[in-house]
Amino acid sequence: MNPRRKKRLAVICTVMFGVAAVVGLVLYALSQNIDLFYTPHEIVNGKEDTGMKPQIGQRIRVGGMVKEGSVKRNGENLKVTFVIYDNEEEVTVEYEGLLPDLFREGQGIVANGALVSPRLVKASEVLAKHDEEYTSPEIAEAMGKAKHEKPQYSEQQISGSEKT
Amino acid sequence: MWKWLHPYAQPERTYQLATKLLPWFAVSSFITLVIGFVWGLAFAPVDYQQGQSYRIIFIHVPTASLSMTIYMAMATASLIGMVWQLKLSDAAAAAMAPIGAVITVIALFTGSFWGKPMWGTWWIWDARLTSELILLFLYLGVIALHSSFEDKVLAGRAAGILTLVGVINIPIIKYSVEWWNTLHQGATISKLEKPSMDTEMLIPLLINILGFALLIAALTIVRFRNEVIARNTMRPWVKELVAKEAQ
Repeated sequence: MNPRRKKRLAVICTVMFGVAAVVGLVLYALSQNIDLFYTPHEIVNGKEDTGMKPQIGQRIRVGGMVKEGSVKRNGENLKVTFVIYDNEEEVTVEYEGLLPDLFREGQGIVANGALVSPRLVKASEVLAKHDEEYTSPEIAEAMGKAKHEKPQYSEQQISGSEKT
Repeated sequence: MWKWLHPYAQPERTYQLATKLLPWFAVSSFITLVIGFVWGLAFAPVDYQQGQSYRIIFIHVPTASLSMTIYMAMATASLIGMVWQLKLSDAAAAAMAPIGAVITVIALFTGSFWGKPMWGTWWIWDARLTSELILLFLYLGVIALHSSFEDKVLAGRAAGILTLVGVINIPIIKYSVEWWNTLHQGATISKLEKPSMDTEMLIPLLINILGFALLIAALTIVRFRNEVIARNTMRPWVKELVAKEAQ
């Protein structure tokens, strides 16, 4: 390679390296804010690196799995409460509105709303998070996974706990 | 070692090579896409949770992953164009930018159409979706720079700088789902691990990825030939070519 080309290549590499370093540092500094949601563990114990906890009244997103048997519907309106959990902690979510198709017990979801008490989120939006697994119904059944059908709720869950 | 490449620095030789290659890419992409789409849309089994809606994957995944591949190809062409100052390399980069932009738009739209029924929202500002949108803006910026200079050498240099700086966005798109919490799911197919997908769904998906890649190659050749002609209108070989076509 002749010296002029070598020089141009060196300049380009230096600039690219500089840009990569800048972007890397910016993303590192912002990494707390780029996360789309808090996990239940982070709401209770704070973020891993900084220990930063969301404050009461703060608008947050929380993401985790819907706990089996925790979905409670109100018989009269669209109010629904459920518990979402990760490996260590549980947080209760209150929501009024239509739930997405994929919402079911054991499904990962992201709820967007205000933290009203340390373990209670009043959600204004609930989104289902799909995982990267794609399986046909036959194989899913053989593996003991959930079937693709309407989730079954017990009588008590449908009628709601408030109605006596 | 690279001696065999030297004749292709001449626009005429490269144009002839492109003309020779075009039918191969066009025909093979057509065949692969027909097989992939018929298999994927009609014969692959439904997903146990998403039902039929998952079939958008046969368009979304190829376009999304190739939108990044095209960008890397464009960046390679720009780098060669800047270091070795090959005009043809700039022409190749200019040819690829609009194709990449369209493929990125398709990936964003198909993702959105899937997101509404599955997630419950058309759009969310998570790391994966936002960085893919930035990729679209990078493509649009490169297209704008290529067309805003009368002098194509200058245009190639300006667009090349933007392209190379934008390369930093590619690993961010790729690893966004691992580095941060996102609504977008992680990668289904990865080179190193077993794919989290049934073989019967995976094979048509891989066929479609290949088909889209061949289609993009064919489109790139078509656009590249146009760019070469447009940049060499005053050359005798182009005039001869035009005279031959006119007969």
